[in-house]
Amino acid sequence: MTTIFGVSVQALSGQLLLGLINGSFYAMLSLGLAIIFGLLNVINFAHGALYMMGAFVAWILLNELGLGYWWALLIAPLAVGLFGALLERLLLARLYKLDHLYGLLLTFGLALIIQGLFRQHYGSSGLPYVIPPELSGGQRLPFMFLPNYRAWVVAASLVICLSTWLLIEKTKLGAYLRAATENPTLVGAFGVNVPLLITLTYAFGVGLAALAGVLAAPIYSVNPAMGADIIIVVFAVVVIGGMGSILGSILTGFGLGLVEGLTKVFYPEASSVVIFVIMAVVLLAKPSGLFGRSA
Amino acid sequence: MAAAHDATPIAAARPAAEGVDPKALHRRIMIGIVVLLALLPLGVYPIFLMKVLCFALFALAFNLLLGFGGLLSFGHAAYFGMAGYVSAYAAKAWGLTPELAIASGTLAATALGLAFGALAIRRQGIYFAMITLALAQMVYFFSLQARFTGGEDGIQGVPRGRLFGLIDLSDDRVLYAVVAVIFTAGMLLIYRVIHSPFGQVLKAIRENEPRAISLGYRVNRYKLAVFVLSATLAGVAGSTKAIVFQLASLTDVHWSMSGEVVLMTLVGGMGTVFGPIVGAFVMIAMESYLAPFGAWVTIIQGCVFVVCVLTFRDGIVGMLGRILRRPL
Repeated sequence: MTTIFGVSVQALSGQLLLGLINGSFYAMLSLGLAIIFGLLNVINFAHGALYMMGAFVAWILLNELGLGYWWALLIAPLAVGLFGALLERLLLARLYKLDHLYGLLLTFGLALIIQGLFRQHYGSSGLPYVIPPELSGGQRLPFMFLPNYRAWVVAASLVICLSTWLLIEKTKLGAYLRAATENPTLVGAFGVNVPLLITLTYAFGVGLAALAGVLAAPIYSVNPAMGADIIIVVFAVVVIGGMGSILGSILTGFGLGLVEGLTKVFYPEASSVVIFVIMAVVLLAKPSGLFGRSA
Repeated sequence: MAAAHDATPIAAARPAAEGVDPKALHRRIMIGIVVLLALLPLGVYPIFLMKVLCFALFALAFNLLLGFGGLLSFGHAAYFGMAGYVSAYAAKAWGLTPELAIASGTLAATALGLAFGALAIRRQGIYFAMITLALAQMVYFFSLQARFTGGEDGIQGVPRGRLFGLIDLSDDRVLYAVVAVIFTAGMLLIYRVIHSPFGQVLKAIRENEPRAISLGYRVNRYKLAVFVLSATLAGVAGSTKAIVFQLASLTDVHWSMSGEVVLMTLVGGMGTVFGPIVGAFVMIAMESYLAPFGAWVTIIQGCVFVVCVLTFRDGIVGMLGRILRRPL
């Protein structure tokens, strides 16, 4: 058996794939956080809860309405995005004139409510979600077995992240968004409906989280705590990358997923804390984050 | 990011009423609290009171940082919980007397606060909150894996021991007296700090950091000092709680505990002197009554958060102070 640094290639590539998958979720979630933060100046603590909601919507669609995975990929982001738009209009919009920390506190409260309601209704043990038949099975590569679904998750999230980047950097709507991030008052004076843009941005960001939730459902079981577990890591990812750049968020997300995977191979005890340690090092060396503008 | 500077700070300055010396009023309230502490055990279950006092001290320490330093730490459970572990371990494995166990726990919290504070103050506002949360989560994972914390089981059956090797603390009423003294000392210390020149500089930094810098204050030193002090006092609270309940567990280092202390301070009144005490009492009482309802506790806590942030940002004591036109 081939080995690198005393570790078999199978184990290494297996963990790297797992890292890449975690990285896909980090990238999608931190991308949504960064877009929302750019325009709303709110760190959306409910992001994890809405990711979890996306997974639950997929589960409910399958088990109660008989609608499969592909429908869930479409419906869950729309449903959660709509829910997010309501949250923004009814609650968050009242706080924009106050200290940004109130937005954090409000969304933390929302996260507790959403998570509590799902736990109340579905219990805290995970619910299984089967891999859709089109994506089950896998490829036997010379050095490892590659499950189709996992390859699909990595590819899908890459496509989603890059199209989001294109949407923001290359389209008219994205130009409005970037302009409003720089100076909302001026953009409003030019006749752009900034409040609507803000609502759409929030809905889009949380829709992205829900989409990540659907992708995650067959890999991790669907359970109410899945959002809380991941959101704190994503916060660290955001601190490491800085929220100034879209591509930066994507790169940092995937990169840290890989680092986490590597740590699992070489020093498993540290795998749950490695991202936080990297965050500490980055704070010492470059406090504004790898891709951040100084704040 | 353009509108970042015209937002009201999270705990805005409260105008003092003219012609009234707030300190005289505060003194009377504190005497009232001490009298109340002496009378309450006659009618209320001492364990419940001790729990309230530990959390009240925790919330006071947190409020020192948020309400007066303007720094929202979302990871205060790390200092509270880690101090609890060290205190419990010192009492159980090393057989230290309770006052030494509490001192070791507190010292651990100070060291942790120094390390994390130095990192976190490198960023401001929302990043500060995220960094403190992430660092606290690291402590949580450490506690889950480290051998001395007992992992999922925690440290159970911690002996209460004899204070100074003399006074047996197994009687709840004796222990209550000790906890009440610790709480009062903590409250007085925090009050003294808030009203010292150091506290005034902190408020200046909270209100306008660039101006404080231009006046020549080394802002980061002040921030670090208040962070470490806050972590230390949170450590006193956590260590004491471990001795009282004879238990140190993962609950106390979990992020939800960090959220809980934010909630207590918010409900009582951020930036008020006595708010966190009221907030801790209200939240602990609510949790005790709602305990049989399981997940509903979290849901209701979330609702309290949302309602407070949207409509009741002054908190109970802040509101009371506004009605009485005196800073409380």
